[in-house]
Order: sequence, then C-alpha cells, then structure tokens
Amino acid sequence: MPMNHAVFQMVCFVAFAVVAVGAALAVVSVKNTVHGVLALVLTFFSAACLWILAEAEFLGLALVVVYVGAVMVLFLFVVMMLDIDLEPMREGFIKYLPIGIAAALIMLVEMLGIIGVRTFNVPAGPDPAGSSNIEWLGTALFTHFLLPFEIAALILTVGLVAAVVLALRVRTFSKHQDAAAQSATHAAGRLRMVKMAAVTAPAPAPAAKEPQP
Amino acid sequence: MSIPLSWYIVFATVLFCISIAGIFINRKNVIVLLMCIELMLLAVNTNFVAFSRYLGNPSGQVFVFFILTVAAAESAIGLAIVVLMFRNRRTINVDEIDSLRY
Repeated sequence: MPMNHAVFQMVCFVAFAVVAVGAALAVVSVKNTVHGVLALVLTFFSAACLWILAEAEFLGLALVVVYVGAVMVLFLFVVMMLDIDLEPMREGFIKYLPIGIAAALIMLVEMLGIIGVRTFNVPAGPDPAGSSNIEWLGTALFTHFLLPFEIAALILTVGLVAAVVLALRVRTFSKHQDAAAQSATHAAGRLRMVKMAAVTAPAPAPAAKEPQP
Repeated sequence: MSIPLSWYIVFATVLFCISIAGIFINRKNVIVLLMCIELMLLAVNTNFVAFSRYLGNPSGQVFVFFILTVAAAESAIGLAIVVLMFRNRRTINVDEIDSLRY
C-alpha cells in the first residue's frame, strides 16, 4: 500500500507539472492577451496543487485565493478594459523567437548543470510540520518574523493607496460635491452679522387691520 | 511524501526559463511582461516551498508568504501605472513609450 501511495503521488506530480508547463508556454505564446491571462490562471492553479503535494497546504490555498482570486482577476479587468491594438505588439514575435528560445535553453542547461540535479535526488523525511502545516508556519511567522509581518501589512497598505492615487482621475469640469469643503464649513462662511441701529416701527392703525381667516 | 526534491527543482527551472523566453519574445506588451514576472516569482516560490519542506525549516514558507505579499502589491501598482499610461498615451507598446529620451 505505501508503494502505491508513492506512485500515485509521483503520477500526480507529473500530471500537474505537465499542465503547469504547458499553460506557461501558452501564456508566453498566445496571441490574445485575455487567453494568456486565463492560461496564467491555470498555471497558478496547477502550481498550487504542486505546493499542496509538497505539504504546504496553507500556501497552496493562499496562492489560489490571492493570485487566482484577486491578482489574476485584476489582470483580466485591466486587459479587458484597455482597448489595445494587438497587431503592432506582435511584430517582433517571430524575429525574437529564436533568440528567446536559445537564451532560455542555454539558461536551462546552465542552471540544471550548476545545481547538479542528481545531488538533490533524495526523498523527503517525515513531515516536519506534523499534522498541521498552518500551525507550523504560523508559529514561525508570529515569533521570529513578527516585525516583517507588520511591514508586509504596511506594504500592502502603501500599495493600496498608491494604486488608488495613480489610477484616480479628477475631472475638473464636472459638477460634483466636495465633501471635504462641505464638512469644513462653519457659520462665519455662510452668515454675515451686520451691526445696525435699532429702529422702532410705527404702530399700525387699528382700522387697517385685515380680518383673519 | 516520496517525490524527490530534484523534481521540484527541475519544474521550477523550466518555469523560470519559459518566463525568460516570454520576456524576450513579448517585449512590446507591458501586460505580458508583467505576467512573465509573475511566472518567474512562481518558479522561485516553488523552489522555496520545496526546500522548506525537505530541510524541515519553516523560514522558506514564511519567505514565500512575504514574496506573495510584495508581488500582489507590485502587480497592483504596475497595473495602475499601465492604466495611467494607456489613458495618457493611448498605447502600452514599450517601443512608443520613449518620451523621456528626448
């Protein structure tokens, strides 16, 4: 039974890896950018499955939630919102294709040669996380890495504000409320007190009084 | 878990080289360039996850956590810049964005 389990894991790894690599090839080669983004979603999903296979369950799920759920949808929004003429973008594709493939292949051979894949051909020991990956990760995150964790929150806030500031367009000619000016107003801006001499009105004649309805 | 560590390394290397090739051949489209950078980060993160698992050290996975955070902020700001650029220049072709040169 353990042997079958191992074979099953390897088959799963190969399947997810093949899907991820194929989708990554589609990302860099398809003509339509929308299809490229969708292929990237598939790549991220397969990679998340590989992470879960490596018993990094929390990060695999975070990859699905954060990347597939948020970042890729943001990409999709931007790609669909911009009305881009794709033809001029593609004109260097054939020209640079051989250079790109050659550079990638040379890098692949070099990297695989340098790191010496055979030396890492070891199976893993028992899971260091025990039964709960998230507990293992959280213990490290909230003890040794507490300050970086706070800084990461700060970075996200800065990113949020920066994205809003960059993409916000203030239309100068539109008629709109200015909430800040409205709430900053006070009585002196609205009402002018005038000092004037008191006058007494002459008493009206009783005969001119109109009957009340 | 019975998958050798080298499988993960080979997978991450292949993914990284695909994104390198993507940057070479799609060098006019800013959005595809950003997508290739995301792919590169994914390859690096895969290495971190695999080594963290095989060395039994949680620091690798904590690093992946931070890389995900920074990459999310980076892509949000990058896409905002792309939107701004398209609004001002009506193009996102890298070859036409050269007004700083003159």
